[in-house]
Amino acid sequence: MAEFDITSKTMDGMGPHGTNVGLLRVLGPAHVWALGVGIVLVGEYMGWNIAVGKGGAYAALIACWFAGLLYSCVAMIDSEVTSTVAAAGGQYTQAKHIVGPLMAFNVGLYLVFAYTMLEAANAITVGFLIDTVAVMTGHEGLDQRPFIVLAIMFLAWLNYRGVLATLTFSLVITAIAFSAILILFFATSPIFGSDVLQHRALMTDLPYGWLGVLAAMHFGLWYYLGIEGTTQAAEEVRSPARALPFGTLAGIMTLLIAATLTWYVCVGLMPWEYLGQAGVPLFDAARLSGSTALMVLLGIGTLFATLASANGCINDASRAWFAMGRDHYLPSWFGAVHPVYRTPYRSIIFLVPIALIFALGAPLDQVITFSILSGLLEYTFMPINVIMFRRKWPLGSIKRGYQHPFHPVPAVVLLCLCGIAFFAVFLGYGTQLVAMISFYVIVSLWFHFRRYRYVRRAAQFTMPWPRPQGY
Amino acid sequence: MARYTPPVQSKFGQITDVIVLLLLTVGALYIPLWLGLAGSAKTANVPENPTWESLGQNPVMVEKWNQLGYADPASAAELITARFDYSFSIASLVVMIVVIVGYYAIMLKLSEKEYRDVIAEKFGESRS
Repeated sequence: MAEFDITSKTMDGMGPHGTNVGLLRVLGPAHVWALGVGIVLVGEYMGWNIAVGKGGAYAALIACWFAGLLYSCVAMIDSEVTSTVAAAGGQYTQAKHIVGPLMAFNVGLYLVFAYTMLEAANAITVGFLIDTVAVMTGHEGLDQRPFIVLAIMFLAWLNYRGVLATLTFSLVITAIAFSAILILFFATSPIFGSDVLQHRALMTDLPYGWLGVLAAMHFGLWYYLGIEGTTQAAEEVRSPARALPFGTLAGIMTLLIAATLTWYVCVGLMPWEYLGQAGVPLFDAARLSGSTALMVLLGIGTLFATLASANGCINDASRAWFAMGRDHYLPSWFGAVHPVYRTPYRSIIFLVPIALIFALGAPLDQVITFSILSGLLEYTFMPINVIMFRRKWPLGSIKRGYQHPFHPVPAVVLLCLCGIAFFAVFLGYGTQLVAMISFYVIVSLWFHFRRYRYVRRAAQFTMPWPRPQGY
Repeated sequence: MARYTPPVQSKFGQITDVIVLLLLTVGALYIPLWLGLAGSAKTANVPENPTWESLGQNPVMVEKWNQLGYADPASAAELITARFDYSFSIASLVVMIVVIVGYYAIMLKLSEKEYRDVIAEKFGESRS
């Protein structure tokens, strides 16, 4: 067994790469939870409801649970591999060591674009929320763009200044946003005597039949998309073997609860035709509850959830971009760490205009679909990754922080659910699917035939593991 | 195996690579938008002189529409009647499957070739 202790305090920063200035190991399990849930919780505040539009209210609930199963498999697989490959870049670094450089390059791009598009979607929602509030207070015709720019610039600055402050900020606002969902549920629940929920009158049959249930899986993913981002903090947590599995699995449980409560409250307060096209459904639900206090709370919750998510997205996308720069998969200029704040500052700055281009110029459902597709391609990679990981380094051959049970059942289930989700995207958004895959095919060829010449071969393999079996 | 020494990339080359990647990224989203091919296949079939009844809305639903700011059926008709078109041809489904499977197949094959080089340089040539 290799003598590499992933809980080592002496491996501070970019230990495996042996550089002097590295990322700071300052985060605990709560920060990991906040990073995962913080990115994703916005999915309860906006976006998930398009699943209602694609298949009806019941379809969205079925999609919520099946997507929950998909993400439980993702969390189990991710916890094992990440607690063993504890390095910045998350799944990118995993792919580099387990599958190969081209796969790693693609996974790095999946991560960057899934998170950058999610960040853009969050900024669009901030603008939409402020516009909605302006209209409600009699100020029609508000220009949303300055708020979109301000949100992205402020969070990029926060990320530039340091990871601990950034994720502590996320921890606080995520906790408030999650509490707001719980308060809305309890305040409107018949358990406490309220009678505002009217499921019997508002719920309808499946408007598209069972085909709509399949189609709803597309936006069902939005309930949880980004939970796998916990792995990006691998080089910055004090105890990867403990904090990463704990934070990730606690995160998915939190989201399953929040998603189900969100669905229950919203479908009991508004017609499915409206809900399926709403921009800020939980805020609308609070408006329909008749309570001004709830409306204010959920308005704040929506704002905080979008900021926490965008914050985490900047954190994760920049780590993935940074890791690719460090390995020369991208120009090495991006692989620099700030000498004072010890953050990947060039990557953080570089991704700001990309987020702005999409936030200011593309419709929300397109941006979300772009993000979901990148996420889906990444989830399809995960079962391949874990099966190869167990084959190349069987249990006992290297030290693992966590071993997920029932292998290969989660991998097979995940692969099947990804197939269903691809079909769901195909129903209604087939053009984007083909455009997206075409993009990845072209950049793959570009990487293999041009970019890879600048990459050192053996230097990519930085984990102190033995030779993989079969090679 | 002889150790591979990569060439040093010039600053101009680095900038070019970043611009290529940026153009491809923006193009992947914006080209379908510019060509009018993006977006959900969704159409609204609004009837003439719609009423809440003809739109299939019961009194509770009507009350909710009113609370949401839709005072009359005409204002809500487009939202209520909007539907996705899920019709598709088997040929387009087959094309999608071929594109996705082909993408992963190409990527895994090329990755495997690169990975063997990495392992050979890191650990030496295979003993078997």
